[in-house]
Amino acid sequence: MDEGVKLLEAAGVRKRFGALVVLDGVDFAVGAGEGVGIVGPNGAGKTTLLNVLAGTYRPDGGRVLFRGEDVTSRAAARRCRLGIGRAHQVPRPFGGMTVFENVLVGAGAGGRRRGREKYRQAIDVLELCALGDLANRRAESLGLLHRKRLELARALATDPEVLLLDEIAGGLTEGEAAELVVTVGELRRRGIAIVWIEHIVHVLVQAIERLVCMDGGRVIADGDPDEVMRDATVVDAYLGSAAVR
Amino acid sequence: MTWVNAVVHGILLGGLYALLATGLSLMFGVMRIINLAHGSLALLGAYMAFLLVEHAHISAYLALVPVLPGALVVGYVLQRTVLERSLRSGMLVPLLTTFGLLIVIGNLLQEFFSPDVHSLDPGAIGPAAWRITSRLSIPAFDALILGIAILVLFLLQLVLTRTQIGRELRATAADPDAAELVGVDSRAVYARATAIAVATAALAGVFFAMRSTFDPTSGPTQLIYAFEAVVIGGMGSLWGTLAGGIVLGVAQTVGAQIDPQYFALAGHVVFLAVLVVRTAVESGGLRVRLRGATT
Repeated sequence: MDEGVKLLEAAGVRKRFGALVVLDGVDFAVGAGEGVGIVGPNGAGKTTLLNVLAGTYRPDGGRVLFRGEDVTSRAAARRCRLGIGRAHQVPRPFGGMTVFENVLVGAGAGGRRRGREKYRQAIDVLELCALGDLANRRAESLGLLHRKRLELARALATDPEVLLLDEIAGGLTEGEAAELVVTVGELRRRGIAIVWIEHIVHVLVQAIERLVCMDGGRVIADGDPDEVMRDATVVDAYLGSAAVR
Repeated sequence: MTWVNAVVHGILLGGLYALLATGLSLMFGVMRIINLAHGSLALLGAYMAFLLVEHAHISAYLALVPVLPGALVVGYVLQRTVLERSLRSGMLVPLLTTFGLLIVIGNLLQEFFSPDVHSLDPGAIGPAAWRITSRLSIPAFDALILGIAILVLFLLQLVLTRTQIGRELRATAADPDAAELVGVDSRAVYARATAIAVATAALAGVFFAMRSTFDPTSGPTQLIYAFEAVVIGGMGSLWGTLAGGIVLGVAQTVGAQIDPQYFALAGHVVFLAVLVVRTAVESGGLRVRLRGATT
């Protein structure tokens, strides 16, 4: 973390839904170009953290900073235009629109490109996510793998500096997940920082160099993936003894 | 041949209903707002044109030049100031808000213009008709309105499919939260949609005022016809709105052919029949999509 400036940062973030405290003072940061994985049991607050970072939820306490600037009160659309991209666990393609149009919405609204460049951006992103052949298909007619790729492509089209990925490999086969790792690797080579929530840890560690473990709305471990995975509290909270192989 | 005549007149009348219904359909398709003030906003457009005709002594057609941009502004401001707040409080609040607007607009018109009945002059085209046979004639003005309705729908479709604004509108209609996350400002999109909707309403209002008489209470009646056209055509579907308007128009003129008293009744009966059949078929609830935009 020390090697770069903090690109996106959550400082003491709290979020509750009614009586349920989901985020209990989370400190989290990702540097420019860095790859960070987030693991933790269900209900640990991982997705909520991404939602607070992306601006879908406003935190009840704490701040969100982008390049040191306080963006806590900025709406999701504004944050996207600043350079924060977000892909959902359950893909949410825009129904009634083609794959190309889906990506074009992101390229035009969230990206900084206008006119013809916007189309070029959309085509580039579709190629990168191996969706070129499906560009004219209706988004809702895609299968799960392609929906997941479209979710990624649409977020990428907005030209993010940091991409928040929520279990985009969930429900995919080993081979499909491996392809996804290759794609994410390419994004990293392009200098895009990645924050990736994933349950399939061995897939995750191929694409990131830092691992954060959350439990009960807190960060309980943060650092080198191997060390975090060996951490006694992490094993206890999340993996259980059987998972340590 | 009189029946053919009735059907032809009904199809042409459908153009006016489609024009009236377009904005209603758009707002429902994009924001799920059922704008009860839609007919009143159309009427407001008619009164603005009336003011210009009376005081600036221009034709009603020329009055559209300032009235339509004015309506765009009214729609934009209306969304940003009133409807946006209402939307945040759930589905029912916009319904109440627009109902309130309906009453406010009706009473303001009554206050400023008195309950007198007015009409706008459609010019030479008003009484003109193409006589095909002794029993079949095509009224030129109604044909003009149908042509304008088709043109408006065509332009709207072009905007929805070919422009970034249109794509953002469709994306927001499909999933406003997901659209926000790719940088689409849904509030700006909503304001644009309402602006377009109010402008089409004003356009329809001016043509309605040229076609028949109007007074400050005409708004709700127009709303009912527009609403019926939208429901018959499938909620939120653009070209369905045209079909709905035509079905409604034909039902009315054919009904009137049986007995002049059945004009409005026949329309309502067809509307009810379609509603019952559709709810039975799609028992999962009315599906909401901007279908017309992409097919």
